[in-house]
Amino acid sequence: MIQIAGLHKKFGKNDVLKGIDLNIDPGKIYAILGPNGSGKTTLIKSILGMVIPDKGSIEVLGESIKKGWKYRKQIDYLPQIANFPGNLKVEELMAMIKDLRNDKGEAEELIEIFALQPHLDKKLANLSGGTKQKVNLVIAFMFESQLLILDEPNTGLDPNALIQLKALIKKEKEKGKTLLITSHVMQFVEEVADEVIYLLEGNIYFKGTLTELMEKTQQTNVEHAVAALTKKK
Amino acid sequence: MGKVLKYSFYDLIRSRWSYIYFLFYLALGFVLLFLNNDLSKAVITLMNIIIVLVPLIGTIFGTMYYYNSKEFTELLLAQPITRSHIFLGQYLGVAGSLSFSLALGLGIPFVAYGLLKSNAIFDFTLLLVTGVFLTLIFTALAFNIAISNENKIKGFGYAVLLWLFMAVIYDGIFLLSLIVFEEYPLDTFSMVATAFNPIDLSRTLILLKLDISALLGYTGAVFRKFFGTQIGFWISILVLTLWIVLPILRLQYKANRKDF
Repeated sequence: MIQIAGLHKKFGKNDVLKGIDLNIDPGKIYAILGPNGSGKTTLIKSILGMVIPDKGSIEVLGESIKKGWKYRKQIDYLPQIANFPGNLKVEELMAMIKDLRNDKGEAEELIEIFALQPHLDKKLANLSGGTKQKVNLVIAFMFESQLLILDEPNTGLDPNALIQLKALIKKEKEKGKTLLITSHVMQFVEEVADEVIYLLEGNIYFKGTLTELMEKTQQTNVEHAVAALTKKK
Repeated sequence: MGKVLKYSFYDLIRSRWSYIYFLFYLALGFVLLFLNNDLSKAVITLMNIIIVLVPLIGTIFGTMYYYNSKEFTELLLAQPITRSHIFLGQYLGVAGSLSFSLALGLGIPFVAYGLLKSNAIFDFTLLLVTGVFLTLIFTALAFNIAISNENKIKGFGYAVLLWLFMAVIYDGIFLLSLIVFEEYPLDTFSMVATAFNPIDLSRTLILLKLDISALLGYTGAVFRKFFGTQIGFWISILVLTLWIVLPILRLQYKANRKDF
């Protein structure tokens, strides 16, 4: 699905990614973990082409993404901070994204799941953080792309929405989609992820299933296992 | 690109500032016509205002829009659209809506006054064309400044400085150099120096078309010999076009290499 080889990225003097090699297989849910500033978002943005790598190659669906843009049609992305043009209404934003992607999408069901009907004709600037995140989720989930990248999907969600989100993620997996998820909430990761990719200081420090992670760190709970990984270094 | 342009344009057309800009020109047009009672004189007064104001509004609106639409840009970057289309679309959206306000705001009072039946229509059209050129040029320069500066305050500062330089300081240096080197033949120098500043170039173009170049004395005669001819006119248009094309090329170059 995604092949990354020798990926380097520097922001000024700050070495964010130092030679990432990574293979993402189709049909699985990957959790990208790591402490703050370990390069998770930079990695995701490199895959999306928003950050341009200094060195290394990225292939999505067997094609190099360099200078390409059509491959983004195969990716649905949920950005970490839901930044939307504030003077648009929710329904206008959705209509715009549909138009830009040339894809009608399936928004009705998602709007119902997240109970967004009363907010549809409000301007985005007037929405609360959690509601914005729900709009963000609807936009990310409404298309049938093969790859779904979710950057901190659970930020600001209430428990009910969180349950719906987990159900949605499972449903997408059943459809055979590949998901990349970053999160700091280990309980959430434990519930949804098949494999864990642990980034530390710009390198992949660990990649494997959750069981392998527990064995390696000799812990019984994911939160402690991840903390142990960070300490070991 | 068409879709990005469409949404940027809609967004701007709905904004309060476009209306203020439009209403300002509308009021200006009516006031000038009724105070002057003469189309040609109104055109000259308008020229003096347009040539300074249009670049200022272009630079300020351009930088403001770029910084304010950061979220919109990030949203677009994750969609299947090329980067150059995103930025070109936004640029044309801003420049387009500004030109729209200008043309409509000035056009309505002049048409109402009976422009279509008068022979000032050519001068007026030229005025609008240079106004549109200046909008395109200074919005493109503003986008260049904004894309190169992450810091809003710095970006604004540079944009205003650029306008100040082009509208005021450049002329000052130009005049000073004419005085300092007055012993030398300066025809070619002054012509080239005029061509390098889009504001001066636009002013010269309009003044020569308005048949008041006699006011400019000897220099006016030299200028008339060059800018007043067909070739001179087309060279001026070419230079103005270059002033649009080069910044756009740099904008695309920068956009393709920037991290978001």
